[in-house]
Amino acid sequence: MIAVFRWLIWREFSLALRRKAEVLTALLFFVIVVSLFPLGIGPEIDTLREIAPGVLWVAALLASMLSLNRLFADDYIDGTLEQLIISSQPLALLVFGKILIHWVLTGLPLVLISPILGMQLGMDADSIIILMLTLLIGTPVLSLIGAVGAGLTLGVRGGGVLLSLLILPLYIPVLIFGAGAVESAQAGLGVEAHFSLLSAFLTGSLILAPLGAAAALRISLD
Amino acid sequence: MLESVDLACVRGDRPLFSELNFSIQSGDLLHLKGHNGSGKTSLLRILSGLMLQADGEVRWNGENIRKLRDEFQKELLYIGHLPGIKGDLTALENLRVNNALSGHTISEDLAWNALGRIGLKGREDLPARVLSQGQQRRVALSRMLVSNAKLWILDEPFTALDVKAVAMLQKVLEEHVKKGGMIILTTHQEFSVENIDVRMLHLGLSENKV
Repeated sequence: MIAVFRWLIWREFSLALRRKAEVLTALLFFVIVVSLFPLGIGPEIDTLREIAPGVLWVAALLASMLSLNRLFADDYIDGTLEQLIISSQPLALLVFGKILIHWVLTGLPLVLISPILGMQLGMDADSIIILMLTLLIGTPVLSLIGAVGAGLTLGVRGGGVLLSLLILPLYIPVLIFGAGAVESAQAGLGVEAHFSLLSAFLTGSLILAPLGAAAALRISLD
Repeated sequence: MLESVDLACVRGDRPLFSELNFSIQSGDLLHLKGHNGSGKTSLLRILSGLMLQADGEVRWNGENIRKLRDEFQKELLYIGHLPGIKGDLTALENLRVNNALSGHTISEDLAWNALGRIGLKGREDLPARVLSQGQQRRVALSRMLVSNAKLWILDEPFTALDVKAVAMLQKVLEEHVKKGGMIILTTHQEFSVENIDVRMLHLGLSENKV
């Protein structure tokens, strides 16, 4: 089972490395959207600092959604997904592997680049650390929940729009508590409650989302 | 032994077949026949557990495959219309990774030999996207050479292959059956395997008579 998991991870990485442009899309989108705000709103640093948590979180959320419909689409089109479903290994485990790599390639870069964007919007060092931590806990939740939606909308015409409609409501709690934590940190308030809730989301989706996504894929291929 | 018990399949609103009963044993080769749209692919997908039937059940050694799941899937090699080949990986990588994902890892030597045998010598290290349609098909089919699954379900295995490859493939099918394997396949091409009784199953015959 571990050997299979290793092969899966190797495969996802090799495919991503041989098509770098697709991997970079989410990251570029994130950087561009956040950079547009100072241009649109004007250079008043107080205003920018105030809206920074919301802007960064909304941009991160949209960026991770942007790459979602590619999660299973390629494997669906070329028939690999069929083979995964009839694999003698548990489908939920294989799906978990795919989500994990997807997050490492699209979610983690957002976390790593966020301090620079935070500085650009005039955030102080402490809030930037909180921002990074919320994104570190929050973006895997986005990938996990998104995978269920991606599985359900696979092969559906206009699946992209449907996917957004389906998962955006589920993203909202993550957005509220993620951005909320950073705002509280900026205001000098405690952030423990926000982090507890974000961690709870992560734990819950870590357990449920791979099972849900596996079931969704079985339905989509029926 | 694979058994189909009262299987029925409905696609859209149209019933494709119903009360389909047959079984195959070790050493059987079943050739599934029928016109386009008679439900051959659907039946193969049901038998391999990819699709849910409208009625009836598929049994492997007397037990429902939906209950067995892993135990059945370990014994199964299904090659469908879609090759499952990644253009960005080489032929060798494709073969090895596809095998691993189906739950059975193979060594590099074994994969190398299989590709050589199926006529891709010298092309093992090329990205699959530069291979021709028929060559990609060969990469997909090379899984048969390294598989230790007992039941092979092959949907149109001869498509896009040249005469030499078809002859080679027939040999592989023959060997598998002689070793006590089972094969279910569909094809519109004529094919012959030596010393083996090919059983036929016609789908949609009743419909044809009307």
